[in-house]
Formats: sequence, structure tokens, C-alpha cells
Amino acid sequence: MTLVLENVQKAFGDVPVLRGIDLTIVPGQMICLIGASGSGKSTLLRCMNLLEPIDDGRILLDGVEISEPGHDPQPVRQRIGMVFQSYNLFPHMTAVENVMLAPRRVHGQSRAALRPRVEPLFARFGLADRMEHYPDQLSGGQQQRVAIIRALAMRPEIMLFDEITSALDPELVGEVLDVLRHLRGEGMTMVLATHEMGFARELADTVCFLDQGRILEAGPPSQIFETPQEARTRAFLSRVL
Amino acid sequence: MGSNPSYPRTKRQIYEARQRRRANLIGGLSTAAVLMAIVLLVPLAPGWAAVKRVFFNGEVFAKTFPGLLNAFLLDIAIFLWCAPLIAVLGLALAIARDLRTPALTPLRLAAVGFIDVFRGLPVILVIYLIGFGIPGLGLPRPWNSPYLWGSLALILVYAAYVAEVIRSGIESVHDSQRNAALSLGLSGSDVMRFVVLPQAIRRVVPANMNLFIALQKDVALLSFIGPVEIFRQAGVYKSLYANFTPYLGAALIFLAITIPATRYADHLMNRQRKARS
Ligand SMILES: Nc1ncnc2c1ncn2[C@@H]1O[C@H](COP(=O)(O)OP(=O)(O)OP(=O)(O)O)[C@@H](O)[C@H]1O
Ligand SMILES: [Mg+2]
Repeated sequence: MTLVLENVQKAFGDVPVLRGIDLTIVPGQMICLIGASGSGKSTLLRCMNLLEPIDDGRILLDGVEISEPGHDPQPVRQRIGMVFQSYNLFPHMTAVENVMLAPRRVHGQSRAALRPRVEPLFARFGLADRMEHYPDQLSGGQQQRVAIIRALAMRPEIMLFDEITSALDPELVGEVLDVLRHLRGEGMTMVLATHEMGFARELADTVCFLDQGRILEAGPPSQIFETPQEARTRAFLSRVL
Repeated sequence: MGSNPSYPRTKRQIYEARQRRRANLIGGLSTAAVLMAIVLLVPLAPGWAAVKRVFFNGEVFAKTFPGLLNAFLLDIAIFLWCAPLIAVLGLALAIARDLRTPALTPLRLAAVGFIDVFRGLPVILVIYLIGFGIPGLGLPRPWNSPYLWGSLALILVYAAYVAEVIRSGIESVHDSQRNAALSLGLSGSDVMRFVVLPQAIRRVVPANMNLFIALQKDVALLSFIGPVEIFRQAGVYKSLYANFTPYLGAALIFLAITIPATRYADHLMNRQRKARS
């Protein structure tokens, strides 16, 4: 599985938000997107998952142009999981029903067949005793872990994470980052928009600094965090570090 | 929060409890004064004796009340067969109204037209047009029954209202829920069926309850095209006894149903408002 973005452009009305993004994601890679608020991180992730149509450029999944207008987004989204800042669990379903909905409907699997598959996921992320709880009975950190399990249950080939710890109380951030470390250890391909610079530095293969809809600078964390080439990168890092 | 308000503990709770007692006392006294004035003054009015005989006649009330209750069973029956059909048709209209597939545009336009027409007409007019119009075609039994066509008129009108209420519920479900469902690879119709509609319908339960309370009252309108339900039965008794008390009896029977139902709907609405804030 390889995801390639070529000169991706996107505007909301007259406001350009992505202004020519080039990016290649290969299996097992972990890419962190950093940048100021409004630089286009969320929009970029949403375009990769075809939640937003792009205006120009191409997105290729294993060489197939998935961004072509009219391309069916459903099979693409089944291969690309996404987790959001605000969890977005379905409030009228228990945690385990949240997780089983998509496999049930998309793959036609029965609850009975799915349970033995999803139970270990809950156990692995410390939620074995929370499966039958409703979202409003769970803490933010627990909800976000359920949201990750929900995406993983579709066995995606790549996971997109949009600032998934930003809405959490500081003491809950760690438990969610631990899940990401775990996935990293298993070799999951991941793209993260994040404000957790320490985390990006620890785990990313590549850090991309987004500035006004462009990738201004990209490279291994050591390069971006220690010897940034661009003045704007240095200015951003001095503000957040 | 948490502590029992009837056992005030903090300074603030003691103060609020005292304020509450004062408010209750003043409210009770003024209500009693007004009731007393009505009870004492109204009988002094010159026409009271006549009004009492014609509207508040205990004898007529006792004689007609069982018959009225019996007639009300028909109101309830009509309500019971209309309500599920209204719910189904209203839901179908709400979904059709939101269709985005170009091939289904005719269906969407039909739903929009239907809703506009039946929300825009007085209920009684629809009952007359359908309830007199269609049997007027000279259809054979049972297709000339006023029950059938009168009920259909109620169903069409109320389905249009229910559709609009459900649609407002659909629109109140945040886009992030749709996005999350789509990102899992669910189809558009599955997103609607499993994620959006269940949340939307839960939110509009109180509003729909209010509509169904209104429906229970509007069943009485069918009396204009034939069925001897409670309102019509009261009219029959009025002529028989030359007395309006049966209407009072009918009113009491309606209130016995609608006031508790309205209170319950309000209670549900308050609970939802609290749950969301
Ligand atoms: N649906 C939309 N309609 C109009 N403008 C939008 C929309 N979504 C995003 N934008 C604009 O696009 C720009 C980029 O937004 P985006 O959410 O991608 O930034 P971000 O880097 O994720 O920021 P943050 O760190 O605050 O999440 C912002 O100026 C935003 O106002
Ligand atoms: Mg964002």
C-alpha cells in the first residue's frame, strides 16, 4: 500500500487552504504533520480520506487515482482509517456496537463472528471492561481509544489521526499516545496531525512542517527539530517548544 | 448538586429554601383569593342561574357521561390506527425530502410538494375535500366509508407535520457524526439508517408527542363528515336534552388524556435539554 499526493490543491471558496502538496507515504511509515492552527493539517487528512474533494492535483492509492471526480470513495475509506479530535463515537451505541457497525455492514459479518475478533482489541487497549458502556459513560481518553479500535476493526492499511489528543485533559493524553506507540510497534502506516512535538520527535520517520497550505520543510525529526532550514519553521518551533 | 434540597446545609441553601417558602406562600394566597372571588362573584351575575342549568347540569352530566366515554372509544380507535401510519409515512417523507441522488429527484420533489400542500391547508378543509370528495365518486362499500377517508385526511396532514419535525432532527445531527461514519467506509444509506436517523428520531420524540396530542384532538373534526365520535355524540345529547352540559363532559374527557400527555412531553423535553447542556 502506497499513498502518493501530487500537487494537491484545495480552496474553500476563494480561500486557498492547500497550495500544492506533494507527499509519499510508504508501508510502515509514520509521518507527523506539524504547523500552526489553520495551516491546513486537518484539511489535508480529510482530503486523503476523500471526505473533502480536491480541486487540483492527484491522490494515488497503489497507483490508482482515487481523487478523480466520480471515483467511488467507499472502498477507499475502507482501506484508510481515520480518527478525529472530537472522538465522534456514535452516542446511541455501546462501545462494542460502535466498533462492530462498519464490519457488520460493510463485510456482512455477524456479531457472533465479530466479537471474538474485537474483544482482543479492547483488551489490548485496556478497555475489556468497557465494551458495553455508552460513550457518555466513558472518559475522553477511553472514548478516543474506542474510536481508534473502531477504525482498526476495519483492518485499514493506513491510519490518519487528526490531533487526537488535543481535546483530552493532560493526564489522559498519555494513555492515547501509548496506543499510538503500540501501533507503531506493530508497523502500522500512520499519518498524524499533532501538536505533541515530543511525541513526533520520538516516533516519526518524517516530520512535515505545514505553512499556509504548503509543506515548507520535511525530514527526519532530528533535522526538523534540531537544524530547521527555514526561518518560519524555526519561528514556529520556538513558539511551541 | 448532590445534597438533598429539603435539608438545607450551606448558607446559600438555607437562604434559597426560605425564598422558596415565601414564593410558595404568596403564590398560594393570591391563587386562593382569585378562586374565592370567582366562586363568590360569578353566581351574583344576573344570568348565572340560566348558565348553570344549561352548562353545569349535574343530572344531564350523569346521564350522558357514560355514553360520551363510550363514544370516545371511537376517537381512540381512530387515533390508534392513524398514528402508526402517520409515523411510517412521516419518516418516509422526511427521508425522501433529503435524497441527494439525482435519479431520485422526482421522489424528492414529490415529497417537498406533498409536505408544502398538506402543511399549508387547514385540517378541516382536507377532511372535507377527501372525506366528502372521494366517497362522492360513488364507490361501492366499504370504499365509501367516511372513517376510511376521514382517517386518510388526518394521516396525510399529520404525516406532513411529522416529516418536518423529523427533518429538523436529521439536520440537528452534527456533520462530524456523518464524517466519522463515512470514514469507516459505510454507504450513504447505512450512515443515514444506523447513525443519523436513530439520533434524529430520539431528539424529536417530545416534538412528535405534541403533534400526536394535537392529532387526538383533531380526531373530533371527523364528526363533520359522519363518524359518531365523542364530539358528535355530545351534539346528539345536546339536542336530546336541550342542554350544553354534554359538551363540558366531552371537554373533561379530552383533558383527562391531553393534559397528562402534554406534561409528559414537557418533562421529556426538559430532560433532553438538561442532558445536552
Ligand atoms: N469547511 C470549511 N469551510 C471553509 N473554510 C474551512 C473549512 N474547513 C477549514 N477551513 C479553513 O481552512 C483553513 C485550514 O484549516 P484546517 O482545519 O485544515 O487547519 P489545521 O491546520 O488543521 O488547524 P488546527 O491546528 O487549528 O486544527 C483554515 O483557515 C480554516 O478556517
Ligand atoms: Mg485541525
